[in-house]
Amino acid sequence: MRTAERTSSLAVLRETIRDASLVWLAGGIVGVSFGAIAVAGGLPVWVPIAMSLLVYAGSAQFSAVGVLLAGGGPLAATATGLLLNTRTAAYSLAVADILGSGRLARLAGAHLVTDETVAFALAQQDPLRRRTAFWVSGLGLFAAWNTGVLIGALAGGALGDTDAYGLDAAFPAVLVALTLPAVRKEAGVRRSALFGATVAVAVTMTPGVPAGVPVLLALAGLALYRRGATA
Amino acid sequence: MSPTVAVILALTVGTYAFRLVGTYAFRLVGPVLHGRVELSARVQELLSAGAVVLLVALLATGALTEGGGFAGWARPAGVLVGGVLAWRRAPFAVVVLGAAGVTAVLRLAGVA
Repeated sequence: MRTAERTSSLAVLRETIRDASLVWLAGGIVGVSFGAIAVAGGLPVWVPIAMSLLVYAGSAQFSAVGVLLAGGGPLAATATGLLLNTRTAAYSLAVADILGSGRLARLAGAHLVTDETVAFALAQQDPLRRRTAFWVSGLGLFAAWNTGVLIGALAGGALGDTDAYGLDAAFPAVLVALTLPAVRKEAGVRRSALFGATVAVAVTMTPGVPAGVPVLLALAGLALYRRGATA
Repeated sequence: MSPTVAVILALTVGTYAFRLVGTYAFRLVGPVLHGRVELSARVQELLSAGAVVLLVALLATGALTEGGGFAGWARPAGVLVGGVLAWRRAPFAVVVLGAAGVTAVLRLAGVA
């Protein structure tokens, strides 16, 4: 039993590293572009670097810097970034028992809660595998993202337009691959996710709605969730 | 304190608070549910479903929209190919690189 557990843990480690390394690479490249955009826009080199280490939330960082560079002011920049990150509160509820039992694991693990790490963790079946997937994908992504930002802030726009590589399609595709098993398995999740995504897309296309709100409204889809309704 | 420093600090504290609140809320609720494993498992299932709903909403808006408008055809086409590959149980790397590759090739061909 113990040997079997260890084997399964090792297998999950290998599998997570294999799959997550692509996400790390993509995260690193997006990090380079974040660093480059921030510095090219006129912010000091330390701003993107400090922001990436401390805030560590890609979409919020891009929006906050975007608002700052567009002259939107510090209040609007903060509000936009925070609104985008409210979803991490829901994520942290979902992965609370995955992080580990110690205080340090909880405090450090909370900082690694991102779309990607939650998706990697929830794609696994049992608690031990979920914990391994969370920590391995999370530590790697933190390292890759911050290294990328550092390079981008120092080297500037050497990459050019990352949209030319289709990088903007890679992130949604990562989430498709990681959420598909859950969506496929349970009719309740399928209904909720479909309805929620429709709401989010419709609200995003509505003028005047602040960034971050549409995705939160998707949680309304949970009204269609009923337990035990399997496919 | 410069406005930029204030923005970074506010975002840091606020974001970390969001990330931490769930883990502590879960811990507070845990003892209350003690001995009622069935309910706790149900709550956990609902929370997992909530996370999946958020992630799917994020991928849908990320695939289809850009700055409040339609993102153009190249990106959703790439993501759709990735989705088909994932549905056919292709390896993770094939799904992600397939999506990025299709989008890149479409853009090279002049499709926005």
